[in-house]
Amino acid sequence: MGDVLNILLLQNTLRTATPVVLAALGCLMTQHVNITNIGIEGMMLTGAFFAVLGSYFAGSWVAGIACALLVGLLLGLFYYVFVIKFKSDEFIIGVALNIFAGGLTVFLLRNIFDVKGSFSDPAIVPLPTVEIPLIKDIPVIGPLLSGNTLLVYVSWLLVPVCWAFIYKTPMGFHLRASGEYPDALTAAGRSPERMKCLASVLCGLLSALAGAHLSLGYLTMFSENMSASRGYVAFACVIFGRGNPPKVFLAALLFGFIEALGLRMQKYMPSDLTAMAPYVVTVVMMVAVVLMERRKRRHAA
Amino acid sequence: MNDAATGAEIVRFSHVSKQYPGTLANDDVSLSIRRGEVFALVGENGAGKSTLMNLLYGLQAPTLGDIYIKGEKTGPQHGPESAMRMGVSMVHQHFKLVPSFTVAQNVMLGHEPRRGLFYDGREAEETVRRLSAEYGLKVEPGDVVRDLSVGIQQRVEILKALRTGADVLILDEPTAVLTPQEAEELFEVIRRVVQEKNMTVILITHRLPEVMRVSDRVGVMRRGRLEKVMETRETSEREIASLMVGRDVLFSDLPGGQAAGEERLVIRGLCALSDRGLPALRGMDLTVHAGEVVGVCGVEGNGQTELAECVAGMRPVTGGSVVLCGRDVTGQAPGRIREAGLSYIPEDRISTGVDVKASVAENLIVGKQRTPAFSRLGVHLRRGQVKKYAQELSQAFDIRTSGVDEPAGSLSGGNMQKVVLAREFSFGSPALLVCQPTRGVDIGATEFIHERIVEKRDQGCAVLLISADLDELMRLSDRLVTVFEGRVTGRFRTAEVTREEIGYYMTGGHQDTKEAEAQ
Repeated sequence: MGDVLNILLLQNTLRTATPVVLAALGCLMTQHVNITNIGIEGMMLTGAFFAVLGSYFAGSWVAGIACALLVGLLLGLFYYVFVIKFKSDEFIIGVALNIFAGGLTVFLLRNIFDVKGSFSDPAIVPLPTVEIPLIKDIPVIGPLLSGNTLLVYVSWLLVPVCWAFIYKTPMGFHLRASGEYPDALTAAGRSPERMKCLASVLCGLLSALAGAHLSLGYLTMFSENMSASRGYVAFACVIFGRGNPPKVFLAALLFGFIEALGLRMQKYMPSDLTAMAPYVVTVVMMVAVVLMERRKRRHAA
Repeated sequence: MNDAATGAEIVRFSHVSKQYPGTLANDDVSLSIRRGEVFALVGENGAGKSTLMNLLYGLQAPTLGDIYIKGEKTGPQHGPESAMRMGVSMVHQHFKLVPSFTVAQNVMLGHEPRRGLFYDGREAEETVRRLSAEYGLKVEPGDVVRDLSVGIQQRVEILKALRTGADVLILDEPTAVLTPQEAEELFEVIRRVVQEKNMTVILITHRLPEVMRVSDRVGVMRRGRLEKVMETRETSEREIASLMVGRDVLFSDLPGGQAAGEERLVIRGLCALSDRGLPALRGMDLTVHAGEVVGVCGVEGNGQTELAECVAGMRPVTGGSVVLCGRDVTGQAPGRIREAGLSYIPEDRISTGVDVKASVAENLIVGKQRTPAFSRLGVHLRRGQVKKYAQELSQAFDIRTSGVDEPAGSLSGGNMQKVVLAREFSFGSPALLVCQPTRGVDIGATEFIHERIVEKRDQGCAVLLISADLDELMRLSDRLVTVFEGRVTGRFRTAEVTREEIGYYMTGGHQDTKEAEAQ
């Protein structure tokens, strides 16, 4: 088993966790304004596609990211308009968004790139990897902390940034108030709707960024349904971490670890079984949340 | 502010109307309110007093007419923000507080002090501490609102209103959730802000004793119209009440009960947890005899809700027993308890009392739908019979509806409550559990409901009455028990106790139980 439990496993953990971290940071924004957003899956997939599109045609990863962010912004606004403005059911819109994203990316894939299934091309410029001097020479930690793609570092940076935003700034207070007790915010002369719009847009942007990492960082290609339910896993992480960015980050790392472990266990087990691992963990996590709450309650009593 | 300003007009409504779909909530109201006075606005539920204040505070826009604050006309963009800028603040009946935030965070919400990009917690707490000292409203800025009692939450809410430097403070039914002592403290604050700060307080209420005690002038609303504005010292409770209802209300004393009969409902050492999993009942003892009304008084959240739910079988019992008509029904399902002889009027008629989507007729026969009178073989409903019965019952209980096929949700609060009452009373059960029977119900219907409850008692029914309205409890109950934190703290004969005593026990004072078990 020595070939399973080695430094590569931890490297893979970080790589597989990153899209989940980014999507979960987006998801927790909408969670704080009391919207159960399952549309992140679709936002992520669309982001992944447009990142490839931008990178391929402009020949630059910056254009890829910009393209993904633009689409994320639009999807965030779309979600806001339907769920908050028109007060449609957040689940239905979320599901619709996911189905729409699946169809749209397949359609565009065939019409723009004229391929089925997946598109990879040397002209797609991947995200750069970042070597950190000094740290990269430290054994064990070096290869872990250094040499990752750009968005991995961005995601690490965003965790404390999101935390500070939500819990330490007046705007973060308004965001949470708009979810927990919107009337309080209205009475204070502020608009809960505006905060929900902000959360929705932030969610779109972060989810699209997660998609960009999938198609330009993790891999350098786009394939149909490449988000592979990571959006739902991100959602589970948000619940598990109670919307608190550092805790959500840890939950995402746990997920990444299990997935990476599953990949490496394929040598010893049928891959169908190992592929189940992340989802089994998701279920276990949810049960753990319930059990923890129950124990907490008993302690309080 | 100098004395010359006292008495000057500060708020004026000029021919204001507000049309809601189907109802005219405010009908051509003209009113002038002065600086430095306590103005009481009274009226039944739905009379339009809250609507009028919402217009002033900018939560809604008037359909017709103009509102002036300090001589300045409010524009079409008038909202809470501009109202506050113009010096008007409102303390709502349902507090607008974020439960997970601290006192300081709530008071400063929307106007947080900043240090750079961040919220300045120290500055916020300092501000709250200063305000708190200035107005004599004691709060701890760092406390989380969720953990505070209702009385303290109200202080936070008032501080929030005062923080903006308001000179007009609107209080919407402020004493509804307070103990007599807390209400007294609130009146103290009202007096202070009016006398020392020359502020204007507009008090929305339907408790007339309060009006007489604290207000300078009183305006009575009925069906959207402002009936009359009077100097408080030149009027009486009786006059105000008849203006509110549009006819003379006697509120004659109800006849007292006969000597109580055998034990019908015996509760011993009852324990249960609240929704949050904390102990809500900690060994409650209570006995209700045939032919008496026992009233349970306490500040909301001291176990009354859980007591009712345990007795009705809607909440797991963690200890103790409930014996109904000699049968142990502890922890049994609601259906079994009903069979054993309990009828139940729950505190929340909308979620528990009726099915708002089902018709009035269906709601009236629930519980009897399988009897041969209403169904063939217990499966197929006899629509004709149901309708006929529902019409009779509607008549007997004066349920005002456009037809018994209307959904129950379309009824007004009072009529919906009468549906619950009609259904529950028609079982002829030997025991009755009645919770908040007149909450949100107008005076006319309240009178009617009270009479029906007393009628039931006279027929020999054992009635356990749980209410947040002390006046109601004193009026209907033969005996009273006070509860505090899930325990009974005092037992009294209603005739032998004062409101002040009750207030003392409601807030945790304890009586020597031996002397009190005088039954």
